[in-house]
Amino acid sequence: MLIKDPLDENIQKKATRDGFGDALEEITDSKVVVLEADLSGSTKTNKFKKKYPERFFNFGVAEQNMLGHAAGLAISGLKPIAASFAMFVSGRAWEVIRNSISYPRLNVKLAGSHAGITLGEDGASHQIIEDIAIMRCIPEMTVIVPADYWQAYNAVFAALEHEGPVYIRLGRPAIDMIYDKKDSFEIGKSKIIQEGEKIAFFATGIMVSECWKAARILEKEKNIRPWVVDFSTIKPIDKEMILNIANKIEKIYTFEEHNTLGGFGSAVSEVICENNPIKVKRIGINDKFGQSGTIKDLLDHYNLSASKIVNTIELNA
Amino acid sequence: MIQESLVADKYLPLREKIRNKNKKDVSFLEVEFMANQIRRYIIDMVHTANSGHPGGALGLADIFAMLYFKILNIDSKNAFDKQRDRLFLSNGHVCAVRYAAMALAGFFPEEELYTFRKLGSRLQGHPSTYMMPELENSSGSLGQGLSAASGCAIGLKTQNIKSRVIVGISDGECQEGMTWEAAMAAGHYKLSNLTAFVDYNKIQIDGFTDSVMTLGDLKQKFESFGWFTLETNGHDLNEIEKAFQRTADISTKPEIILFNTVLGKGVSFMENNPAWHGSPPNKEERDRAMKELDDEAEKIAAKL
Repeated sequence: MLIKDPLDENIQKKATRDGFGDALEEITDSKVVVLEADLSGSTKTNKFKKKYPERFFNFGVAEQNMLGHAAGLAISGLKPIAASFAMFVSGRAWEVIRNSISYPRLNVKLAGSHAGITLGEDGASHQIIEDIAIMRCIPEMTVIVPADYWQAYNAVFAALEHEGPVYIRLGRPAIDMIYDKKDSFEIGKSKIIQEGEKIAFFATGIMVSECWKAARILEKEKNIRPWVVDFSTIKPIDKEMILNIANKIEKIYTFEEHNTLGGFGSAVSEVICENNPIKVKRIGINDKFGQSGTIKDLLDHYNLSASKIVNTIELNA
Repeated sequence: MIQESLVADKYLPLREKIRNKNKKDVSFLEVEFMANQIRRYIIDMVHTANSGHPGGALGLADIFAMLYFKILNIDSKNAFDKQRDRLFLSNGHVCAVRYAAMALAGFFPEEELYTFRKLGSRLQGHPSTYMMPELENSSGSLGQGLSAASGCAIGLKTQNIKSRVIVGISDGECQEGMTWEAAMAAGHYKLSNLTAFVDYNKIQIDGFTDSVMTLGDLKQKFESFGWFTLETNGHDLNEIEKAFQRTADISTKPEIILFNTVLGKGVSFMENNPAWHGSPPNKEERDRAMKELDDEAEKIAAKL
């Protein structure tokens, strides 16, 4: 597995939403239709729109209706992918997803872009920090949080291969491209980025690269070498990986740009509590709303940047 | 309960005769008879389950009898034919009428109707396609079915399948904003293969719609979103047939039929009474309702 060094200043950066949009363009299955709610430039579905206008449907500013239509399109035998900001796909339309899509086990793929605080300047009204929690508690739902552009790209194809509803959480900012295109993405499988000792960093989404950077700094400067593992699938969670590593270490740190209540850290804690209770420290947004700011300032403010992670580990060590 | 079951009653041969007929050979009198049999089962199902929604279901019996025995291009022996008409139901709580019509039309044994709302049954309290895919859509949460039906209509068009999508909605659920989002989208995409019909009985669970939340002019509202609209009597079989034929001929826009119906139709003490939206009849009420419906069955059967 090729993993680029995120401390390398020349590392390429691209947004996960771009990985999603570029994958859409390359789908060859003519049963795939793409649904949008007036944000095609932001979610990157505009690429599919341009290439396959006859299989692209805009529903205007009406996310619930878009997802109701996704259900109907799936019933008709097609494979709908519906996209909007994560806030509106998962938040506003939650009950439509629950009752019209997941309960009937329909083959609908949902893409929520601009998730988390790294949406940036638009502020808390659009910064969803609850979507992992509210999507993973729906029976039959698969929840994917890609860590970089290529994972997002590959996740689209993996989601289409998977029969049933899938939620893919995507981000707005250009982030480190830590993987290569050929790095396979498998639903439900986490990836070890580095082996370590005593402590482990379990991370998801944009936090994978931040953790990996923090781990490099810790090793260089403090002689602490944590395990770093990328959990790009939140549900089903890779229980085997969690328990294998928990057996070898003393403490797990989980990282997510999401509320610490109900999200990835909670999913890890559920596995740990029931099987091998070691300490788990959940690092994320501590049950607070976000605010406007640059991505860098926000990550620092909420203690999610690599340097802040280093501080947190030192304090907890 | 077994002794009281309607399954093996004296009307069974007549039901079987009608269910085995070719749709175009079924007479209005035979449909009327089937609507009556649907109503008898609705009463028994809701009574046996001791829960459910008899009022709207009874009010829709004539429309569902017409759909299953005359209008819809569907076949119980080939239930998933690609070319079939798709019947969606948005106001899922009235599903007893659909289950009864489907059993009478041969989709599953009439005995199964007595499992309605019981553990392990395919006949869930609100329709579940996971349990019974023949239902086309799962519903129960109001206001979502029109979007799903419209999505299916887009999907069939995209795949060049010439089937019709018919969706039943209720007047009460026109209070849900999502209904109007769907109305806007179906109008925008000019879905002529989509026909919606409204169970326009002017009653919802808390009372008359005008007292709970005024709906405004439904006809004008749909028209303004680009729909063909018509309003007619939802208990006159001839009018029901004409409405579905007229809307089938429209080729440029989605169509909606406002069926003026009476909640609880066919059972005198339930008619037009909001209390029967969602309460089951007790034993005495069940027997009284059944007596009325049996008298009606007797009258129709005598003419057949």
